[in-house]
Amino acid sequence: MDYILILIAAVFVNNIVLSQFLGICPFLGVSNKVSTSIGMSGAVLFVMTIATMATYLLYQYILVPMGLDYLRTITFILVIAALVQMVEIILKRVSPPLYQALGVFLPLITTNCAVLGVAILALGLENGSLLKSVFFAVANSIGFALALIVFASIREQLELANIPEKMKGVPINLLVAGLLSLAFLGFTGLV
Amino acid sequence: MRKKKSTFINMMVSLLVITLISGIALGFVHDLTIGPIAKAKLERKINALKLVLPKFDNNPVEELKLVRSEQAKDSIEIYPAFFKSEFAGVAIVGSTEKGFSGLIKVMVGFDPNGKIINIVVLDQKETPGLGTKIKDVKFIQHYINKNPSSFNLKVTKDGGEVDALTGATISSRAFSEAVQVAYDAYIKNIDSIKKSEN
Amino acid sequence: MADTIDQKQNFIKGIVKENPVFVMLLGMCPTLGVTSSAFNGLGMGIATLFVLLMSNIVVSLVKSQIPSKVRIPAFIIIIASFVTVVEMMLEAFIPFLYEQLGIFIPLIVVNCLILGRAEAFASKRNLISSVIDALGMGLGFVLALTVLGATREMLGSGSIFEIKFVPEDANTFILFILPPGAFIALAYLTVIFNKVSIKT
Repeated sequence: MDYILILIAAVFVNNIVLSQFLGICPFLGVSNKVSTSIGMSGAVLFVMTIATMATYLLYQYILVPMGLDYLRTITFILVIAALVQMVEIILKRVSPPLYQALGVFLPLITTNCAVLGVAILALGLENGSLLKSVFFAVANSIGFALALIVFASIREQLELANIPEKMKGVPINLLVAGLLSLAFLGFTGLV
Repeated sequence: MRKKKSTFINMMVSLLVITLISGIALGFVHDLTIGPIAKAKLERKINALKLVLPKFDNNPVEELKLVRSEQAKDSIEIYPAFFKSEFAGVAIVGSTEKGFSGLIKVMVGFDPNGKIINIVVLDQKETPGLGTKIKDVKFIQHYINKNPSSFNLKVTKDGGEVDALTGATISSRAFSEAVQVAYDAYIKNIDSIKKSEN
Repeated sequence: MADTIDQKQNFIKGIVKENPVFVMLLGMCPTLGVTSSAFNGLGMGIATLFVLLMSNIVVSLVKSQIPSKVRIPAFIIIIASFVTVVEMMLEAFIPFLYEQLGIFIPLIVVNCLILGRAEAFASKRNLISSVIDALGMGLGFVLALTVLGATREMLGSGSIFEIKFVPEDANTFILFILPPGAFIALAYLTVIFNKVSIKT
């Protein structure tokens, strides 16, 4: 039951990009085409899930027992950076076509606030467990994918629209993102 | 600009040195700040107690009772207050994870009849400017001097008597729930609290 | 090795021509996430400025000791250390701000601005230039966040730095302290910034 709530909350009510403001850089930077958005979302799903799993275990079984929870930030980001490198190497060897599709986005994910953000947020889950944290990560990457892909489809249409000179580029993208965020605000109170 | 060559040894050594230095520096700052952090937390608690309880002359922090509850992850903290050996009131910390951003912890001061004296928000991570308004006097006013035995703590949307904050229904709802948790603990433990005179 | 760059330009570029928020779109997450009030924006800006300055200094000092292949992990360790220092100091001495900024404090470590400057500038320039670059970029960031925060707070809460200038029950544009408002406010501020910066 909890899990359904987590899913709905992560994807709609507390959407990672549109209401928690995590992952904005790729959101604005990679979303000009739907195809790249799908690629980026796939890469994020991969890394976010594995990273959350690793950081959760690290936190619960090493940092906390040793009273080192103030090292959370630094160890988490190092784990994420190392993971991204490993994933790149493994992917290249195990599945070249998948590497072709996702490879370009992987280095960008290290500095994706969404990954580190979700890893930290997962620590605050009610009655947390490894399974819950991993599910939380998957749910959030679905939310990320949803926001990214919807935004990209709008942007593709925007190319054909008549936009005032001063608004072209960043301003109009932000405005569209704002309207999208407004739409998602309607989900508040769902859970 | 002469950079060190990227030999394996060089790479390992330089990373090791950096990690070591940063580890020592962080350990140092941690030791420096652990006192002030604990002190700040304690001060916040004492200030909160002073705000929610009537005049007392015992030391509620030292007479803290911890009770287990199915509703809360940690034990519930109960701070009894006595004045001139008479039971003056009790502050109970209720919490819920159902806030917009998770944990909301409130300290509720009850008088000997179960009426709410005051509420102080101890912990919350709600949306700044919106959910954080649950800390405002304007919102807490709804609860003051009400006795949960006759006052429905829920928000009006759920059939209760509290007007939720505009744009922060979830935060308001969670706040009410936390207060309810505190009151439930009050009802459950009030007899043993009144008896524990020091 | 003396740098021959114009330090005045070095400083000013961070505020206008290469403003991290309005021009380079770096550090967007905290920009949108903590600017619901002027105070929060200012606090976050200063915290980021501190980390940027310290990391630029350290990176510039040790750049010749770090083999090129491990420079990114090395930068990350340096930056993350300063972020952790900021985390602990805030929790100990300014708990109010610590609570307000929440998860965005540890997220300073993935602020592309800081890693970006370390990689593109501090690892190649001398100490003085790196310090000035950090100050300029940091100041540009602080200004952007504070202005955005003030705008959202004025429209959304009718106050600025917690000083209310509308009557208690006035209807304010609450939208602006909500997530959509962040995007919308930044959109229009970018337009204004572009207009203004073209003139200078």
